[in-house]
Amino acid sequence: MLYREVGQFRTSYAADQAIFPIRQDRIGMLALLLVAYIAVPLVANEYWLSTIFVPFFVFSLAALGLNILTGYAGQLSLGTGGFMAVGAFTAYKLATAFPGLNIVLVFVAAGIVTALVGLLFGIPSLRIKGFYLAVATLAAQFFLIWLFVKVAWFQNYSASGVITAPPRAVFGHFFVTGPEARPAYKYWFTLTFAAVLALAAKNMVRGATGRKWMAIRDMDIAAEIIGIRPLSTKLLAFAVSSFYIGIAGALWAFIYTASVEALAFDIDRSFQILFMIIIGGLGSILGSFLGAAFIILLPIFLNNLPNQLGLHVGVALVTNLQDIIYGALIVFFLIAEPNGLAALWRIGKEKLRLWPFPH
Amino acid sequence: MHILYAILIGPFVTMAREPAFLIEVLIGGLLAGVMYSLVALGFVLIYKASGVFNYAQGTMVLFAALTFVGMLEAGLPVLLSLIAVIAVMIVLAFAVERVVLRPLVNQSEIILFMSTLGISYFLVGLGQILWGGDVHPLDIGIPSGPLTVHGILINQLDLYAAIVAGTLVVALALFFQKTRVGRALRAVADDHQAAMSVGIPLKQIWVVTWAIAGLVALAAGIMWGASLGVQFSLALVALKALPVLILGGFTSIPGAIVGGLIVGAAEKLGEVFWGPVIGSGVEDWFAYILALIFLLFRPQGLFGERIIERV
Repeated sequence: MLYREVGQFRTSYAADQAIFPIRQDRIGMLALLLVAYIAVPLVANEYWLSTIFVPFFVFSLAALGLNILTGYAGQLSLGTGGFMAVGAFTAYKLATAFPGLNIVLVFVAAGIVTALVGLLFGIPSLRIKGFYLAVATLAAQFFLIWLFVKVAWFQNYSASGVITAPPRAVFGHFFVTGPEARPAYKYWFTLTFAAVLALAAKNMVRGATGRKWMAIRDMDIAAEIIGIRPLSTKLLAFAVSSFYIGIAGALWAFIYTASVEALAFDIDRSFQILFMIIIGGLGSILGSFLGAAFIILLPIFLNNLPNQLGLHVGVALVTNLQDIIYGALIVFFLIAEPNGLAALWRIGKEKLRLWPFPH
Repeated sequence: MHILYAILIGPFVTMAREPAFLIEVLIGGLLAGVMYSLVALGFVLIYKASGVFNYAQGTMVLFAALTFVGMLEAGLPVLLSLIAVIAVMIVLAFAVERVVLRPLVNQSEIILFMSTLGISYFLVGLGQILWGGDVHPLDIGIPSGPLTVHGILINQLDLYAAIVAGTLVVALALFFQKTRVGRALRAVADDHQAAMSVGIPLKQIWVVTWAIAGLVALAAGIMWGASLGVQFSLALVALKALPVLILGGFTSIPGAIVGGLIVGAAEKLGEVFWGPVIGSGVEDWFAYILALIFLLFRPQGLFGERIIERV
C-alpha cells in the first residue's frame, strides 16, 4: 500500500529521466543514506565498523567494477585480484613518494593507473571472447602478482614483502590510516567512496555509455552494425572497471587491512568477487552491493554457527565444512535464482506494488 | 643494452653452446607437458559434450587421488581400490548431472561455469573431511630415479606418465571412433539438438562424459600424486591446464596434447634459460603470456573449431 506510484505524473523530460522516478524510491534512498551516514556509526561498535562495514564497502566497489565489465559489457574477467593489487601498490608508492599528497588524490591516481593497466590487458578482448578471454585475463592475474612479489621496488624494499599504509588524514586531522585512525572515520571514508562511485556508475550505465556496453554484451556484431565502435567501447569498459577495482584495492590495503602483501590479491580474490556479482546479479548496481554483503556475511555466519549451536568441533573440520556449505550454497543459489539477489528484489518490488490486492 | 642482450640474445647463446643440456631441458619439459595434457584432456571432454567449462576438473583430480590413496591406506589391494575409485567417480558423475546440470539446463555459460566452481569448493571440503588434509605419499611401484640415455637425464616417472597419457589418448580415440556410445558422444558434441532429434538421450550422455572425465582425472591424479604426493595443491594443476586449453583449443583432444607439450617445453625453457635474467617463479605466468600472445593471432587456439558468427 505504501509502495504505489499512482498519481505521480511526470510532466517534464527531466522528471522522466531521473535516477529514481518513483517518489518512494527517492525517499527510501535518502533514508538509507541517512541511516548509513548517521545511525550506523552511532549504533555499531568498532568490531562491526572495521571488520564488516569497511570490507563490505571495499568489496562492493570491486564488485561494482567487475559488474561494469562482466555484467554490463559482457567481458568475462578473472583478473580482478591482480587489478586490485595494482591499485594497492600504486597507492602505496604514491603515498610514500609524495607524503604531502592528499589521500583522496592518491586513491584517485591509483585508480587511474589501474585503469591504464586494465586498458593494456583489455586489448586482447578485441580478438578473443568468452572463456578464451577469461583465461587470457588470468595472464594479468598471475603476471601482476608475480611482479609485485618479485620486484622489491614496489614494496619499497621491505624484507617481508608486506606494505604498510602510512598515517594519512582527511580535512587536516581526521586520520583514516595509521595508528591514530578511528573506525568511524574509516567507515565514513569508505562509505563516501562507495556512494559517490556507485552514483557515477548508475549514471554511466543508464546513459549512452552503458547502452553501448549492453549492446556489445548482447551481440557484438549487431552492435557494430548499428555504429558502435567495439574498440573504444570494450576498452572503455576495461578502463572504467579497472578504475573502480583499483580504488577498491587501494582502500583494501590502506583502510581495511592497513598492511597487506601481494598474495592477498591472488586468484581466490578474483573468484570471490566473481561470486559476488553472480550471486548479487549480473548487470545490476544494487546486485553488486547485495552480493558483496552475502559473500562477506556468509563466512562470518558459518564461523559462528558451531559455537551458537553449542558444538565443539575442530578448526580443520570447520574450514572443510565451510567449503562444502559454501560450494553447495553457490550451486543452490544458481539453481534457485540464476539472475541473482537483485532479481529477487525486483520480484519483491513488483509484489509490493500490488500488495495487499494481488490482482 | 645489457638487459636487452640478456633477454633477447644471451639465452640462445647458452642453448647453442650446450646442445645436450638444451635437449635434456626440452625432454624434461615435454614430459612435464604430458602431465598438463592429462588434466587438460578432462576439460576438453566435458566442454565438447556439454559446453560446460568445468573448473572442478582440477578438484576432481585431487578428489580421485585422495580417494585412491585413502583406500590404499585403509589396506585395500591396488586393483580393488582402483575399482572402488572408479565406482566413486561414476557416482559423482551421476550426482553432478542430477543435482547440478539438470536444473541448470539452458542457462548461460557463465552460470554453468560458476556452478562448477561451487562443485570445486564442495569436493575440496568433502575430500579433506573424508581423507584428511595432510600430504599422502603415493607409491605405485614406478622406479623414480633418473634414467640416462646417451648422457641425457630423463625422469622415469615422467616417462611413465607419458606412456599412460599416450595409452589414454589411444583408448579414448578408439572409444570415440569405434563404439556406439562414443559415436553418440561425438554427435552430441557436434550438435545438441540434432543429436536429440535422432534419439540420443542427452542426460545419459552427460553422465557418461562426466564419468569419463572422472576416469581421466583419476589417471592424472595418480600420476601427479606419484610425483608430488597427494595433497591439496593438486587441485591447482587445473590452473596449469588452462593455458594448455586455450593454446590447443577448448574443443580439440589433439589440441590438448599438443598444447600441453608446447606449454611444458616453453615453461621449462623459460625457467632454465630466461629465469636467471628476469627472476624466478616465471612458470607461474609464462604459459599464460605465451597463450595470450598466441591467441592474438589465432583466437580459437591451435586446433579449435573455427569460430563462425552469424547474426
